[in-house]
Amino acid sequence: MTLPLLEIRNLTFAVGDQKILDRLCLTIYPREIHALLGANGSGKTTLAYLLMGCEGYVPTAGTAMFQGADLLLLQMYERAKLGVTLAWQEPARFEGITVREYLTLGRSESDPKPVLVQVGLDPDRYLNRRVDKALSGGERHRIELASVLSMKPTLAILDEPGAGIDMLSTSHIISVIRMLKENGGAVLLITHQEEVAAIADSASQLCNGRIICSGDPTHVIEHFRGRTCVRCDGEVCGYVRA
Amino acid sequence: MSELEALTRVLPMVGAESTILDDERIAHVVGHGHQILSRRTVPGLQLDLEETAEAIVGKMTVQAGATIEQPIHLCFGLAHPTGSQRIQIDVSVEEEATARVLSHCLFPAATAAEHRMQATINIGPGASLTYTEGHYHGPHGGMLVIPHATVKIGKGARYFSDFSLLSGSVGSLDIDYLVEVEEDGIAELTAKIFAHKTDRIALKETVMLRGERSRGLIKTRVVLEDNARAEIIGITEAHAKGARGHVDCMEIVQGQAHASAIPIVRVFHPEAKVTHEAAIGSVDKKELETLMARGLTPEQAVEMIVSGILR
Repeated sequence: MTLPLLEIRNLTFAVGDQKILDRLCLTIYPREIHALLGANGSGKTTLAYLLMGCEGYVPTAGTAMFQGADLLLLQMYERAKLGVTLAWQEPARFEGITVREYLTLGRSESDPKPVLVQVGLDPDRYLNRRVDKALSGGERHRIELASVLSMKPTLAILDEPGAGIDMLSTSHIISVIRMLKENGGAVLLITHQEEVAAIADSASQLCNGRIICSGDPTHVIEHFRGRTCVRCDGEVCGYVRA
Repeated sequence: MSELEALTRVLPMVGAESTILDDERIAHVVGHGHQILSRRTVPGLQLDLEETAEAIVGKMTVQAGATIEQPIHLCFGLAHPTGSQRIQIDVSVEEEATARVLSHCLFPAATAAEHRMQATINIGPGASLTYTEGHYHGPHGGMLVIPHATVKIGKGARYFSDFSLLSGSVGSLDIDYLVEVEEDGIAELTAKIFAHKTDRIALKETVMLRGERSRGLIKTRVVLEDNARAEIIGITEAHAKGARGHVDCMEIVQGQAHASAIPIVRVFHPEAKVTHEAAIGSVDKKELETLMARGLTPEQAVEMIVSGILR
């Protein structure tokens, strides 16, 4: 029997009286691609920030057991050293830091070229460029994915990896996600793109801070498209009561 | 050890090789206090410098149409803990001439020393001057450095300056540069400073865009920690049609340090435009978290962000 890689139990996060995540439970297994779908404001990015340990994201209750340790009790860099990382929906820009440096953070011996090729960027053109405002949104997103790939994480949390990347490049995103799995990692894939979600091994739909549907991606995508939401009556996720 | 050896030994602190003084293709001046220890010129470059009791005084001329292939090295400083150095220099880059100057200001042992520079720089029509100035003031914080310059950029001429003080202590630094740009001229001024302990920085840069289609950029990057203080003033005035200017100040403040950034933009012609941006604060949270999410400790992440900003 395969043990879970990440087991989230009753994770709750509130801002004032408003619960953003409400007793959320989710399990991810090793080498599993798990897609997380949900409307804007359903709590997807909050879950990503809580798991990564971003500043200001301290849970009200719950646990997130990862390889025997509660992630929620660790500093952000300690989580990263365990192999957990996050690709932001809006990646940061760095003045002066080159793509080469960004892709070899803490691993100066690694070769950054293959991961750039993997995301569809020419190493000769990009390695010495800076990860700054001169990059387009799409280029920056690709470099973010390359950075995650170069880390060979045990759990990669990808928050809308397709944002800002043109449709023709969806294939690059999909190949990166598959490569993360081939490298032995699991992926928590937050996405609105059905064709990206479709490559997942499993999926969940989040609404109003709770998982309302889990299982096979086809089933969850179908549910996300137009079934009734029993949790919010359609007020959050946009579904209409049948 | 001779004073010349003492100064050349610390050239690597500002990114230069000590062997440059032996290279006959490279023009240089080495001044210690008010003494000229070494000098060499090359074809197209005229150096008229003299020692006086109060200062090193003189003129450097890049002759019309000349292109000085190798950078001209100006190495000024003091090898001793105390002392005074004043430099009064007129730089002229004549019409259609091109030169690069690497200025090294070295005060490796300073505990109570002073360096004053008064420069006038004239760049003739179509000429180009790149002036890169690296300072090293040693670890003690005992320097008072006051570089003042007036720069006139002729029609279609270009001036790029890059001031950096990134290693050791600053001490007290008071920079005041005034740059006037004529028609189709370009001025780009960059300053990068890392201040610690009780360092004090006053940096004032003014670009006057006098001519049509003239362009100016003031870019300042200052990182302060401990109890350092800085006041940065970047002024750009646009007086003519098509003039374009931008002021970009960023200061990172850590510990008990204080900083102020004052971008001042003035436009005197309806078809001119000047923009500005100024940011002061701690290291950007998102940048920090991104690097920590890749496994860097908070200290490593701050160091990397700061080193990037100061490049």
